[in-house]
Amino acid sequence: MVPSVSLDSYLILSAILFTIGVTGVLIKRNPIIIFMCVELMLNAVNLTLVAFSRYQSTVAASTGLTPSHAIDGQMMVIFVMAVAAAEVSVGLGILVSIFRNRTSINVDEIDLMKG
Amino acid sequence: MTLLFALLATIAVVCGILMVVQENPVRSALFLVLVMFSLALLYLTLNAAFIAAVQVVVYAGAIMVLFIFVIMLLNLGTPESMPNKLKPQTLLGIFSGLILVGVLVSMLVGTHGKSEALTPNLVGAYDIGITLFDPSKPWLFPFEVVSILLLVAAVGAVMLAKKRI
Repeated sequence: MVPSVSLDSYLILSAILFTIGVTGVLIKRNPIIIFMCVELMLNAVNLTLVAFSRYQSTVAASTGLTPSHAIDGQMMVIFVMAVAAAEVSVGLGILVSIFRNRTSINVDEIDLMKG
Repeated sequence: MTLLFALLATIAVVCGILMVVQENPVRSALFLVLVMFSLALLYLTLNAAFIAAVQVVVYAGAIMVLFIFVIMLLNLGTPESMPNKLKPQTLLGIFSGLILVGVLVSMLVGTHGKSEALTPNLVGAYDIGITLFDPSKPWLFPFEVVSILLLVAAVGAVMLAKKRI
């Protein structure tokens, strides 16, 4: 048996990555980098889901039960990835159309929908 | 195992911070690729082989190509010297980020301290497929909905980026 890393470590790493993403969204002015930070946040959540999935299968194996729901976390990761791909394609399409109309994509200047 | 985790976690966090700090979007994207790869290896240490492969193919492949392509298309490779009107926001953002990570970590520390043993069953494409297409499990309907979502996103992206429909 290889002693492995506890669940906490993965969750803390995920929290740190999520926070880097949040901070990037708050302080960056370039919408492409903001999108990348959103991707980083989604990846942090994916790491949490996979870590919990592994934790559940380990708990089920140690108690002798069949791990019936152990794979559910990984299924959710697949759907999160699909939604992230859709989000990126639509978001970058919006960026291209904004750049075409205004020739600048500084988020401070995009105030079209400001009342 | 702990050493591997520490190495991968350090790579992920350092590259994430560098990604945010960089002014040049291309370098930022390349650091994001490094974060994706280290996360894929972390998925492998969590027995999720299929997720790791999908992470490399979808994120480090497709999504990052899309990012690089848009950066190239919009000619953003060189950082333009735009006046940053929000200097105070940078400090406030870093400060609130530190507060957030403190809150999250303090919430997590001490919940489950025990170290789990590595189980040998790797979750590959076979298990994922069996679970995904099993009608008695709740994943078949979301799978169909996601297919419609991807179709809508593709049509929407074409419509948004096209000059004249």
